[in-house]
Amino acid sequence: MAADRKDGAPAKAVFWNDPKIRGYFYQAVLVAALGYFFYTIFQNTTQNLEERGIASGFSFLGSTAGFGIIQSLIEYSEESTYGDAFIVGLLNTLLVSFLGIVSATILGFIIGVARLSKNVLVSGVAAVYIEVIRNIPLLLQIFFWYFGVLRLLPAPRNSVTVLDSIFLNNRGFYTPAPVPEPGFNAVIIAFFLGIIATVFLARWARKRQEATGQQFPVFLSGLGMIIGLPIVVFLVMGMPLSWDYPVLKGFNFRGGSVIIPELASLWLALTIYTASFIGEIVRSGIQAVSHGQTEAAYALGLSPTQTLRLVVIPQALRVIIPPLTSQYLNLTKNSSLAVAIAYPDLVSVFAGTVLNQTGQAVEVISLTMLVYLIISLSISALMNWYNKKMALVER
Amino acid sequence: MTDITAQEPRQYTPGEHPDLPPPSTAIGVIAWMREHLFSSWFNTILTVLILYFVYDVVSGVFQWAVLDATFTGSSAKDCTGGGACWPFVTNRFGQFMYGFYPEELRWRVNLGYAIAVIAMIPLFIERVRRKGWILAFLLVVYPFIAFYLFYGGSFFGLLPKGSGLEIVETARWGGLMVTLVIAVTGIVASFPLGILLALGRRSKLPAIKTFCIVFIELWRGVPLISVLFMASVMLPLFLPPGITFDKLLRALIGVSLFSSAYMAEVVRGGLQAIPKGQTEAAQALGLSYWKTMRLVILPQALKLVIPGIVSTFIGLFKDTTLVLIIGLFDLLGIVQVGLTDANWLGESVPVTGYVFAAFSFWIFCFSMSRYSMHLERKLHTGHKR
Repeated sequence: MAADRKDGAPAKAVFWNDPKIRGYFYQAVLVAALGYFFYTIFQNTTQNLEERGIASGFSFLGSTAGFGIIQSLIEYSEESTYGDAFIVGLLNTLLVSFLGIVSATILGFIIGVARLSKNVLVSGVAAVYIEVIRNIPLLLQIFFWYFGVLRLLPAPRNSVTVLDSIFLNNRGFYTPAPVPEPGFNAVIIAFFLGIIATVFLARWARKRQEATGQQFPVFLSGLGMIIGLPIVVFLVMGMPLSWDYPVLKGFNFRGGSVIIPELASLWLALTIYTASFIGEIVRSGIQAVSHGQTEAAYALGLSPTQTLRLVVIPQALRVIIPPLTSQYLNLTKNSSLAVAIAYPDLVSVFAGTVLNQTGQAVEVISLTMLVYLIISLSISALMNWYNKKMALVER
Repeated sequence: MTDITAQEPRQYTPGEHPDLPPPSTAIGVIAWMREHLFSSWFNTILTVLILYFVYDVVSGVFQWAVLDATFTGSSAKDCTGGGACWPFVTNRFGQFMYGFYPEELRWRVNLGYAIAVIAMIPLFIERVRRKGWILAFLLVVYPFIAFYLFYGGSFFGLLPKGSGLEIVETARWGGLMVTLVIAVTGIVASFPLGILLALGRRSKLPAIKTFCIVFIELWRGVPLISVLFMASVMLPLFLPPGITFDKLLRALIGVSLFSSAYMAEVVRGGLQAIPKGQTEAAQALGLSYWKTMRLVILPQALKLVIPGIVSTFIGLFKDTTLVLIIGLFDLLGIVQVGLTDANWLGESVPVTGYVFAAFSFWIFCFSMSRYSMHLERKLHTGHKR
């Protein structure tokens, strides 16, 4: 820098050429511009709200909503408040995101592995699936399943049925719902006991294997405890579970549990669409593990299953997890497309109906965006934690 | 040949084997099929099942799209075959392409497309020099020409009132035209914005860095729908009373800001992959910050992230369908409008419409992804072996 020269040259550059001062100047300009921007927006908004006679503040969350919602995980009626409607929408968003993440992961891993199959037909079908599905807009796929398939199913009267207990029609997919009777709690307790016992068994088996080299069939005995124990308790308690069958009454079915077509088409489309991306992620993750790793594992005498479980998958997961996380986030955000087919998710209920009724755009939209921001940040925090845990395996 | 087979089998000394062809099961079609289709009993079952599945799907689609399909007619009542109802597409093709744009003025849209295509052709020819000027024309001059052709009016007040092309309000635009307008504007706007945001996020100036991080994470954390809702209901509140924004313009602002945040993260990935030595070397040569970025860092960084950039573009192109939720009629929106027409209420009409729309989107997205693969290979000048 010119300032450091000792040969009698100018000791300091002109102040507007000093990078430090320039930096301060640029930042001052940015802060001033932002300040002016937000000030103008604030002024305009308050003026506009006054002119249109729109109230502000969050007190509307306590007033009666007065509209019904077709699917709700909590008690909700027309007398409930806007705050309740908000929670119903949020839960519905979380429900469809959770269902979608689980099924898209399963389907995506199958597609990804199929893409790498030596059987050209298998890999070809997987490749066609990926190239077709991921180049078609998700909204179009949702419309296709909703208006093109599920809404064209027969009316409740002419439902497609299996054994007169499972019904499929244009109002939804009806199955008998399990109704727990007194004593069923014991089965649930047995289930959790099985899980805890399996965890301790696995720890013990691992310690023993590290000490003596002897192996113990943890998987099978764990499976026996987690599934077998509840079944035994269930039979001992005299099968304390009855079924609530759906029955056709008037124009629609009553009772049982139902998956409404809105949920079904959103779930289907999200699963199929996201699975095509997950498939590509899984493929590249597995390909990222060099073949030398597999060969070295075989040379150590590991079986192909052990090689896959102990060598290939842990290393592939390290490559797979970061992009997989962003797919999960995308799926959660994409679930907001529900508004197009009126599945009562957060955007549809809150940023749609509630916004229309109250007109409080600023509060409603900010709250909606905040919820998605929190979901996004927490999923990515969770995945970062898992990612770090996986990365620690390295030396 | 007979005298050879009649002879006793000859004893060869080791190392002196005659040149015999490999066994017929180890080469050619049979060996290939053995390795790739029937390598184990599990694979054989899979092969048979998939062959059956592929046959089922292909024949089913063919039956639906050709054999049982209806090709001529004027309403859903003519579609009786149970297959596709193609008249829905052919009768409304003009609307699917241009929306409610007046039929006698559609040449203006076509002319706009034609100018873009003709200007773009030289970009794909290797021998053409000075591609920068063509690019500058497309990015700076062309948008004004296109806007004037599509919208009409007095060319931003330059022409006397009453002269010039007839005004077509954006509310009458629709179909593929709106899809392309939104996608192209989003792509053109988000690229420079994204680069600036990415550079800002890596800046050493705390205020600029914080602003860029907050901006990027805010847009990336929320769904595009909520951004569009914001653009359509909150933006009018932000403006001074009396000033209104066109609905299409509001959507364009929302889409551009949204995709620039994604673009910024892609570009940042490229910037991070460039070793620090490159910056230091450029500074040692006396280049300023912007020259360092423009001449040394960005050319390398952008080349690295071409796949990411193109997949952002593809994502943006697919996301344009969301504007139908705020009441604009893009290609999918106009198909959806057609489905509510009383003339076209039929069992097979929705699927036909969606298949047509899906095919149109697919063509654009698939060719973009293929072109990016080609570009990636062409620009891979590094360690080519």
